[in-house]
Amino acid sequence: MEILWFSVVAFMITVYALLDGFDLGAGAIHLFVARNDAERRSILHAIGPVWDGNEVWLVAGGGTLYFAFPMLYASSFSGFYLPLMVVLWLLILRALGIEFRHQIHDPLWKSFWDSAFSLGSLLLALFFGVALGNVIRGVPLQEDGYFFTPLWTSFTVQAEAGVLDWFTLIMGLVSLFTLSAHGSNFVALKTSGSIQHRARMTARFCWWGVVLSSTAALIGTTAIRPDIWDNYALHTWAYILPLLGLLGLGGMLFFNRTGNDPLAFLSSATFIAATLAGTAFGLFPNVLPATTDPGRSLTVYNTISHEYGLSVGIIWWSVGMLLALGYFTFLYRSTRGKVVVPAEGDGYS
Amino acid sequence: MEEALSIHRLHFAFTVTYHYLFPQLTMGLALLIVVLKGLALKTKNEIYNRSARFWVKIFAVSFAMGVVTGIPMEFQFGTNWARFSTFAGGVIGQTLAMEGMFSFFLESSFLGLLILGEKKLGQVGHFIVALLVCIGAWLSAYFIIATNAWMQHPVAFSIAPNGTVQLTSYWGLLLNPWIGWQYLHTMAGSVVTASFVMASVGAYYLLASRTPQYGRLFVRMGVLAGLIASAVLIFPTGDGQGKNVAEYQPATLAAMEGLFTTEEGASLVIIGQPDMEKLRLDNPITIPNMLSFLTYYRWNAEVKGLDAFPREDWPDNIPLLYYSYHIMVGLGTIFITIAIIGGFLIRRKTIYDSRGFLWILMLTFPFPFIANTAGWMTAELGRQPWLVYSLFRTADGTSATVSAGNSLFTLLGFLGLYLLIGVLFLFVVVKMIHSGPSPDTRGLPHTAPEG
Repeated sequence: MEILWFSVVAFMITVYALLDGFDLGAGAIHLFVARNDAERRSILHAIGPVWDGNEVWLVAGGGTLYFAFPMLYASSFSGFYLPLMVVLWLLILRALGIEFRHQIHDPLWKSFWDSAFSLGSLLLALFFGVALGNVIRGVPLQEDGYFFTPLWTSFTVQAEAGVLDWFTLIMGLVSLFTLSAHGSNFVALKTSGSIQHRARMTARFCWWGVVLSSTAALIGTTAIRPDIWDNYALHTWAYILPLLGLLGLGGMLFFNRTGNDPLAFLSSATFIAATLAGTAFGLFPNVLPATTDPGRSLTVYNTISHEYGLSVGIIWWSVGMLLALGYFTFLYRSTRGKVVVPAEGDGYS
Repeated sequence: MEEALSIHRLHFAFTVTYHYLFPQLTMGLALLIVVLKGLALKTKNEIYNRSARFWVKIFAVSFAMGVVTGIPMEFQFGTNWARFSTFAGGVIGQTLAMEGMFSFFLESSFLGLLILGEKKLGQVGHFIVALLVCIGAWLSAYFIIATNAWMQHPVAFSIAPNGTVQLTSYWGLLLNPWIGWQYLHTMAGSVVTASFVMASVGAYYLLASRTPQYGRLFVRMGVLAGLIASAVLIFPTGDGQGKNVAEYQPATLAAMEGLFTTEEGASLVIIGQPDMEKLRLDNPITIPNMLSFLTYYRWNAEVKGLDAFPREDWPDNIPLLYYSYHIMVGLGTIFITIAIIGGFLIRRKTIYDSRGFLWILMLTFPFPFIANTAGWMTAELGRQPWLVYSLFRTADGTSATVSAGNSLFTLLGFLGLYLLIGVLFLFVVVKMIHSGPSPDTRGLPHTAPEG
């Protein structure tokens, strides 16, 4: 039961990272890649019909986490109180940037929402990496399973570390570069002409950022949490995950050079999924390691909900997931192909 | 601890009150849009499609506001109410996760098609999409009411060895006897909001002599939907909800009604001010024996007053609870009165020329928002001092590690941010209403072609 629900939650968070990842990434590069109003409208038109559905994976994933591991939800959400509130504010501003920009045709109004959308997306991409960094590094859990971390203390990795330290910031950069590359691939996929060219150039620039920051993060992770490799030593087949990640990374560069946008997008998706799955596999059964005393670490075993509720959950979750997959197939089929930017005043224009 | 508790409570109260300004409009509007699309299909009259397009635009921005202010609600269970989440997650985690799985995926996937897909889907397809969005919204409300109902009247659970609650019956949770009336009452309230907003916009167009054909349609439809919904609000749903409170939360009923002492043949208070020092109602205007009759259908039935319950189990803000309840009931009475007069004027075919009545309609739109808010305040203040009625006290539910200072910081942040986006939202909606439903095809969105 624990392994099943751990996999379910990890699956939903991974899908969230893949889907909202590309619209966050598209937002992060919005101001640089799309230079004029028509180009900006084409980015917004590409993500307009799907961003809300993508974000639901976060809400539904959060709900499933709450349902399956209530204690983990309570402890981590209250402990990461401040960064989560900042994430909420950024989510609000960025979503309204997408939905409000086209309501009034005034250059100042549009500039304001372009910036809100882009800056919000950029900081969110950074923060989600920081969050993952915190989970890897661990937090100062008290005996009762709760904790509280300030936003920053001295930026060093130590027992009283804040949410931001050098390690989590590196993780933030990994996330920012990765999602920007992923978003650039998506924009290149959906557009043509000069914006497509700029998106491909940005993807290539970000690729170097991904390589450098990931290398630093890998060294940092091994230094801070060497036991992340223990599960791999026990189950050598799992090395397939980092290998898949490398394959994705290679594909990102190769298909970018050959101008094959769909496969470049698939490659960045593979990189994201493999990295997240690889991290989850390394952490298991820990879900929130303690920096205070390893015995206090929150694991899937000491935070799992109750038997009966979880069994009925398997039934409704499966039904709900099948339906959701159906909707998403329909949604993405009906919006596939290059985006066509309509005249001003229509849709997201 | 005491200070942190009040800030955590204010934090949730403010964010949820603000949030619910939007869903109460969109849930009702979703239904009215389905009706408009249905009328368009049936009559082939383009005015219904153009009206639907206009309301979909307002729906879309309101829905976006509902989404972005709704995500903080789910987060706050963990951020500000961690001990409650640990305690109750085994039960309410079910309904909250189901809301994401069954309604958010549905709504969010089809909302884009509702806004952008009319040309491509065709009229039947677009009607179905409108229906799916509406079902998603109403389903979402069901899961939230089921969650709230469990907190009002916990059922289908047992206490596990580690002290947290565990679910014992899935259908018991989803068919909690508290849900039925509360759900229908809430949804009727939502339709009242949407109807009065529609009627108000229509009245504005008629009074300003702009696009009168739309003005007449919005006034007619708004008044008729408002009439049905405000009738349902009072009977059977309001009555049923009141009986649930009387049966399961008798102390709450006494506080709502301002009944300090147990009485046989208790009278119904219309106006009066609770005095918590002397434990009596000042300047009361009452209807004798009415409360006994409404609660038990017997003129001389005994209704328990607050004196029948230990003081630590009294709701902790009785005056505010009492006023919320009376504001809700008072406004509900005004809505049905306006709707009946409107229905009468529609029958006599004079409504579109009755400028006085149109002025009233135009200016009434804020009051359903106030009434719905007051209704929720009645439910939530009435539940105090419990977070889960008779089972878990509010004071025990906060996040122990989040200090008052940190909670105040984010409360102020939300106040500022919500003020900003509220002003911008109003700006956008006022502009939409001012532009009106345009008779040309502008606003009929294009979508990317296949391939």
